[in-house]
Amino acid sequence: MIAAASLPGPGRAALALARVESLFDRAFGERLNPWRHLGALGFHCFWICCATGIWIYAGFDTSAVGARESLAAMDRNEWPLGAFARALHRYSADALVAVTALHLAREAARRHYAAFRRFAWLTGLVVLAALLASGIGGYWLPWDQLAQWSLTATMEWFDALPVFAGALVRNVVAADQVSDRFFSLLIFLHIGLPLAMLAAMWAHVQRVSPARTSPPPALAWGLAAALAALSVAKPIALMPAADLGLVPARIPVDWFFLFPHPLMARLGPEGLWIAAAAAFAALAALPWATRVPRAPAARVNLDNCNGCARCFADCPYGAVVMVARSDRRPHARQARVDPALCAGCGICTGACPSSTPFRSGEALATGIDLPSPSIGELRERLEARAGALEGAPRVVAFGCRWGAAVAALADRGTATIELPCAAMLPPSFVEYALRAGADGVLVATCREGDCEFRTGEALLAERLAARRVPVLRPTVPRERVRLVHVGRGDEDALRAALDSFRAGLPRPGTPPAHRLPPPKRQEKRHG
Amino acid sequence: MKRALRLGAQAVLYAAFAAALGYFSTSPAFEPLPAGHALIRLSLNHAGQRKFECRTRTAAELAKLAPNMRAPEDCPRERAPVRVKVELDGSSVADIVAPPAGLSRDGASVAYRRLPVPAGTHRLRVSLADDAAGTFDRVREATLRLDPGRVLVIDFEPGQGGILLRHAPPAEGPPK
Ligand code: HEM
Ligand code: SF4
Ligand code: SF4
Repeated sequence: MIAAASLPGPGRAALALARVESLFDRAFGERLNPWRHLGALGFHCFWICCATGIWIYAGFDTSAVGARESLAAMDRNEWPLGAFARALHRYSADALVAVTALHLAREAARRHYAAFRRFAWLTGLVVLAALLASGIGGYWLPWDQLAQWSLTATMEWFDALPVFAGALVRNVVAADQVSDRFFSLLIFLHIGLPLAMLAAMWAHVQRVSPARTSPPPALAWGLAAALAALSVAKPIALMPAADLGLVPARIPVDWFFLFPHPLMARLGPEGLWIAAAAAFAALAALPWATRVPRAPAARVNLDNCNGCARCFADCPYGAVVMVARSDRRPHARQARVDPALCAGCGICTGACPSSTPFRSGEALATGIDLPSPSIGELRERLEARAGALEGAPRVVAFGCRWGAAVAALADRGTATIELPCAAMLPPSFVEYALRAGADGVLVATCREGDCEFRTGEALLAERLAARRVPVLRPTVPRERVRLVHVGRGDEDALRAALDSFRAGLPRPGTPPAHRLPPPKRQEKRHG
Repeated sequence: MKRALRLGAQAVLYAAFAAALGYFSTSPAFEPLPAGHALIRLSLNHAGQRKFECRTRTAAELAKLAPNMRAPEDCPRERAPVRVKVELDGSSVADIVAPPAGLSRDGASVAYRRLPVPAGTHRLRVSLADDAAGTFDRVREATLRLDPGRVLVIDFEPGQGGILLRHAPPAEGPPK
């Protein structure tokens, strides 16, 4: 047994965040809560930004003297939809920063940076740096006074590095106008950096599987409509043409991207380097600097693996690979777990056809299992606790370590079993519980779309609805099974769900309409 | 009814998000210079003179060198640092020693300073030394009226007459 204190579980920041998210649940519903789609919304903003960027570029004059006038012509709509496209380009970029900042804050609050998430965390930081660089560079292209201010400040910043020492800023001060060659370099940067960012985004989602990179359509359209409305309501305005003999009195700063410049005015260029390096180093060090409890990795038991690849299909972190068979059993492939990538969620155990408790044998073993709790331990617990139930109706409640605390429900008529992720529960266990004496089985997952392991709650719901293998068999009376979505903090709702479920179960004394016969362990071995 | 409430709440949240984007994409405005100030930028990229004079090699020295290396003169490549002093109304606002770049100290000296000054008419004196002895033999003096927000760039281009004042307003008489 692992001591409870060292078990993974939601921290205080995660719980505070969950309270905020629950307010959004009321407006959007759990499935569409934007907090649960921030990464996908980031991709969405990125694509809007790309599309509008290409549209603007097609009508853009790439010379330093002509750039601003070509954009001014767009603002007069001499280029079709020019003003709208320009505004949407800016606001989708700003939205991308906002959404990314929230995404980062959410992942940090949920302590999603260590171990199997380290790769996503670190590549996320690369994406963030590329995003800021891309956006700041974008502000140089209109070559108005805002561009001049931002470019000069950036050159001054880099000139604090001994390699440049003051050479870069000469591009903006030591002539009457920047050269076209230099300006072409700036344009190249604003195309190259977003491409580099896209490559980093691609890398970022390599270790989640399948990555959800497009938000639900309702959210995608909602956000697009909000950005479009903003673009119409508040078109963006060019500043006067750049004039290297002038510093504008007031700069309308886009704080999403250009905040480093005012910060540099405070801290000085060296100070900004120190602050930026410290901020990134602190974020990058998080995976090592803090101790996040981690569940032990899943292990494959070849005797019970037939190479069906269900675990491979359902693992949310791509920790399972299917490889050539290493024993002499007559299957083409076998599962293999990369422990470094494994979250220890048990979703694979819930997917494995060998995880059925109806199998014979003193100790139950399956194809892919957690060291603790193992599938065998779960069956023992279930048998012991269901067997000890008294009164009627008797209920077995399965819950998740990350969701509403199911243990609080335990009493004479209610047995509770907590899992690392509710989706570790093989549907056959539900049937087994009913045969072992329970009148009903309550399965409590986190709120919809809120799975700590990304997809567990959705996979389990599909399995119980017989839309995904392994299915809950159609012969199991559905009125005896209840699935509820309750997060940590929703214990009252969980209790209420249990009460209403119990009230709806057949009254004691009435002939058991849909009672299943007691379990009979089969001799047949799976696989 | 409940659905309408929900959609209404969504609309409010979308509007709040859009409003925050719209606001912070231009506001609050930032004032890059303190009110009533102009800006002097000192920016130069100039190679100082060689630190040491060339020396004629003796015949013995030449004989020791590989045949393809027998240049008659030995010219150490190291350059002198470039020094610049800027005085405004008689008091020093910048006094810079810019070392030559490069491992063998044979590159150009680069320097940059940002000097905000109160707007108004100023007497400016810039002097520059680029030889080994540090002789301030390049001097430029001017009396200038710098309006708020104006930028004056001090640069050095030997080919264009030495110390340059870019974007300078037309020269004025001495301050009254
Ligand atoms: C434009 C910027 C970004 C985009 C578009 C983006 C997008 C995504 C997407 C689509 C996912 C997969 C979500 C899922 O399918 O469950 C994801 C996961 C993740 N992101 Fe980002 N991301 C960005 C920046 C960041 C940053 C800056 C960080 C933090 C430093 C970060 C940390 C993470 C982490 C830790 C995960 C894994 C979540 C998990 O394991 O459950 N991301 N991101
Ligand atoms: S039998 Fe189990 S462990 Fe083997 S591939 Fe299928 S799900 Fe994975
Ligand atoms: S425990 Fe979770 S992360 Fe590990 S292999 Fe199984 S499904 Fe994948």
